[in-house]
Amino acid sequence: MKTIKILSVACALSLFTFNCSNNDDNQPTFPEAPDFSGTYTQEDQMGRPAVNTVFVSSGSKDMFNTTVPSGQNAAFQSMFEANLTALSPAYANPGDTNALGLDAATFTGLLATDVLNVSLDGTTTFYDGTNVLTGRALADDVITVELLLIFGGEDFSENPGLSNDNVDGNDKPFLTSFPYLASPW
Amino acid sequence: MKNLKKVLGIGVVAAAAFFILAADHIDAPAVQGGNSDITDFYAFQGQNSSNLVFVANIQGLLSPAATGSATFDENVLIEFNIDNTGDNVEDLVIQAIPRDGRMYFFGPIAPSQTGLNSVVETSALVGGIVDITAYGSSANVSSNGGMSFFAGPRDDPFFMDFAQYSEIIAGNATSFNMPGADTFAGSNVMSIVVEVPKSMIGGSGTINTWVESKRK
Repeated sequence: MKTIKILSVACALSLFTFNCSNNDDNQPTFPEAPDFSGTYTQEDQMGRPAVNTVFVSSGSKDMFNTTVPSGQNAAFQSMFEANLTALSPAYANPGDTNALGLDAATFTGLLATDVLNVSLDGTTTFYDGTNVLTGRALADDVITVELLLIFGGEDFSENPGLSNDNVDGNDKPFLTSFPYLASPW
Repeated sequence: MKNLKKVLGIGVVAAAAFFILAADHIDAPAVQGGNSDITDFYAFQGQNSSNLVFVANIQGLLSPAATGSATFDENVLIEFNIDNTGDNVEDLVIQAIPRDGRMYFFGPIAPSQTGLNSVVETSALVGGIVDITAYGSSANVSSNGGMSFFAGPRDDPFFMDFAQYSEIIAGNATSFNMPGADTFAGSNVMSIVVEVPKSMIGGSGTINTWVESKRK
């Protein structure tokens, strides 16, 4: 515990050392901590990709963005289900499921709580053929995964023209090291 | 196919207005195109597998010509939320907020309040500061206490044939093209990237995580 405390203090100090080093060289002053006061109120939020865009009706998008995740299922699951079944014929018949074995109610029950589930124990991917919802990596083709789960039916074979946008990768290669994202165009 | 058309026809009425744009780009009227508009959120294992990386992208569809003048707003707090108890309420947050050309990071720290309103957790003993990278410069990266930090413009990592999707939803097409065309090719976003030891956010198991933008 002592070690952790010391380390923590060192971190706190170094935060301000960094700040200090950027101050005017001619005037050795105490670091001026910027003003961070005030209350910040939520405007946008996101867990999984495309959820608000696809499943929330136009008049409710701002409300979805300002509903805490723990309250989203109760407020939005039925809207998600109505929009899913209106959009995709893959759930038209009783008992229809997607390839995860989820019917319209169960699938939208999962999606309505818009958080990203992330494993701290290994592979992190939206879906890689083996692992499901263990994170979201930069190269994951999340739109095709979602199209497959929306339109592809029980075995990804339904509505083939709608279940893959045939854009499988980014327009620039990602970096193998921090900050991982490619430089801007 | 007939059934599909019929269903899609119904879908148009229900869905046309809400297929505005992609992952979370321009997802809602109150934020669209502004400097609190989150376009994407990523969370993945780092190059060092003991670390997890969080990425928040905001202000999507920046053309190269528009990227140089894009800025982070000092009144907008970007907050990564981490639930490690399974109740979808944040147990830890990592906050990022700009001041005078630098991005300040606070946390992971248990927030003094959960939910829609936040204060900047300046008492956090972990975090860091990084100079915001200017457009055209190589990436400024800083590290502190095992964490790494970046803030600045990047290529939008999102890819999708959104244009054809819109045509399908509008009833002008019945399928995607082969090959598709990436609507987001050649466009940039403003990125915040933070890499954190897994030991600081729960260590093992599964976390639920999401990103928020909050304005003062």
